[in-house]
Amino acid sequence: MAVKERMSGNEAVAFAMKQINPDVMPAFPITPSTELPQFVSSYIANGEMDTEFIPVESEHSAMSAAIGAEAAGARTMTATSSAGLALMWEMLYVAASNRLPIALAVVNRALSGPLNINCEHSDSMGARDSGWIQIYAEDNQEVYDNFIQAYRIAEHKDVMLPIMICQDGFIISHGVSNIELLEEADVRNFVGAYEPAHYLFKEGESMAVGPYAVSAYGMEAKRAQAEAMKNARQVILDVAEEYKKISGREYGFYEAYRLSDADYAIVAIGSVCGTIKDAVDALREKGIKAGLLKVRVFRPFPGKELADALGHCRAAAVMDRCEGFSANGGPLAAELSAALFQAKSRMEVVNIVYGLNGRDFTVDDAEKLYQDLARLSEHGNQETEAYRYIGLRD
Amino acid sequence: MSQYSFKEIQERPERLSAGHRLCAGCGGTIAVRNVLKALHPGDRAVVGNATGCLEVSSFTYPYTAYEDSYIHNAFENAAATLSGVETAYHALKKKGKIKENFKFITFGGDGGTYDIGFQSLSGAMERGHDMVYVCYDNGAYMNTGIQRSSATPMYADTTTTPAGSHSNGKPQARKDLAAIMAAHHIPYVAQTTFIGNMMDLYQKSEKAIYTGGPAFLNIMAPCPRGWRYDAPEIVTICKMAVETCYWPLFEVADGKWSLSYRPKNKLPIEEFLKLQGRFKHLFAPGGEHLIEAFQDEVDKRWEELLQKCE
Repeated sequence: MAVKERMSGNEAVAFAMKQINPDVMPAFPITPSTELPQFVSSYIANGEMDTEFIPVESEHSAMSAAIGAEAAGARTMTATSSAGLALMWEMLYVAASNRLPIALAVVNRALSGPLNINCEHSDSMGARDSGWIQIYAEDNQEVYDNFIQAYRIAEHKDVMLPIMICQDGFIISHGVSNIELLEEADVRNFVGAYEPAHYLFKEGESMAVGPYAVSAYGMEAKRAQAEAMKNARQVILDVAEEYKKISGREYGFYEAYRLSDADYAIVAIGSVCGTIKDAVDALREKGIKAGLLKVRVFRPFPGKELADALGHCRAAAVMDRCEGFSANGGPLAAELSAALFQAKSRMEVVNIVYGLNGRDFTVDDAEKLYQDLARLSEHGNQETEAYRYIGLRD
Repeated sequence: MSQYSFKEIQERPERLSAGHRLCAGCGGTIAVRNVLKALHPGDRAVVGNATGCLEVSSFTYPYTAYEDSYIHNAFENAAATLSGVETAYHALKKKGKIKENFKFITFGGDGGTYDIGFQSLSGAMERGHDMVYVCYDNGAYMNTGIQRSSATPMYADTTTTPAGSHSNGKPQARKDLAAIMAAHHIPYVAQTTFIGNMMDLYQKSEKAIYTGGPAFLNIMAPCPRGWRYDAPEIVTICKMAVETCYWPLFEVADGKWSLSYRPKNKLPIEEFLKLQGRFKHLFAPGGEHLIEAFQDEVDKRWEELLQKCE
């Protein structure tokens, strides 16, 4: 039986953490993810969870301890944002290359400077090549559902990779809205027990973790890790299919919103997709064929699937809530453009950077962007720069 | 504590097996072998390790020199990593998933302990994890090629504090890490080195391992490359470090400081310095005042230690 509730994104993820009840959580507070270790600590204090919480002295130590705990055979989670994720950076690579399926609740926030606590994807986008699976959410319901699916994906024997479950700082993490929760027994049954093949405490064998490898061996390790990320593609879809059976909610690499007959598409990640859906509905009323492609899975990057989903569109705007400082647009635009090129697409594409440091992106902004797409598909692409900003003050 | 028998202890099976790639005469290796000998036969352990000479030379894929489970993570986080392992042990033990008993021992050089891993060490000790952190202190970043650390003694010639016409070597005196760890008020802190029949090292290791809660061992572990001496000289160097009171042997158990050995005749510091190429420049004409300053620093610290041990 589903339970109807009202919760913020942080409450929803904390609730999923309680329902899963992992073995170990090392964490360090940072806005806006601070509530996650707080909620878990009070669940433990009140006997509602028996996770061992480690109040580490930094995020670097949070990820270091998580690596130790997971290698020791414990199902492990942590949470962070922004500078906290940046401080973990070195260890993110070690977690992934040691093939440790840690779950990390990322509450996306801008990196400094200026020091800013609001939503941006620069933190997790910067970590996109660290070997972690990355799944993003539009709202509290999705981040709850994604977290429950996390360990099934990460711990799959063909994957064994760590996973980031991302939500937009404040907009989702602190915004309260309706949510449907699963029963705890259903969640535990779905997630199952963690039984790694090898771990530090295994009876009858010793294990050594974290070798030095010379060039005669290191390249094969990287290749095997890359294979695991490829394997994650099918596992993500299989787990979503199974999750649908207990939740009734559908997930895949992306969500196509009124896209199948759309002429003009916006491609985006996260909470902004709710705003864009309102604009799509308004434009559809006026007979303009607008659609949205919401990217849920960024790692592994489903380039072919995204290009296929856009195949029939005349023009698309790819939106990055992240300034990559490549002087060539943001990371989603770069990777999707490459995928469209591979798919031999001739579609007009504009690259947009929006919402930095928590700047609002409105329904009006989205409607104007669709109008720009309509205009350029009529009159040709007049964009003079590789990418442009929306919402910048004059 | 059982009666110490050198023969019995040395006959215990090696937990750091032969075939590793550490240098002949490496002090770090002697530290690791002997600390692990203090594990009671039959007890299992998880051994942690900061990045450094020890790690790259003892776990070179696809070979490991460790008979016990082992984890290396990075340079600055050996303590945090083992704190995660130790916490996982409690979590899994509580759920009945582990039947055997494990001990937790991590090794770091002075770079990974005094400097880049200092925060991680302090955090893990303060949180009270049941683990031993062993620093094998060879007084410089040896793995990257003898750069100074905060454990490097004053005036040592290192590759980032080279002695030269305008330099006397490292200008600063060394950080007193054992005292800093004692200030964490953890159950057990000790300082030792390789003396006589290794009894001091063995007894302190055993105490550290079998005292509940966090313990810190600081082991002076000479490095023939960095200190510039012939490998067999290590015995004399360790003896002189103790007899000159450059490296006093002491322990702090439940907050109580005690000397483990008091030299009958405290020898002048030259007896320690002259054995090592890194101090050669102090013995050139005009270096007398440097030796004097070094002696003053040793005397000051020795007096402070005696007061703590009263």
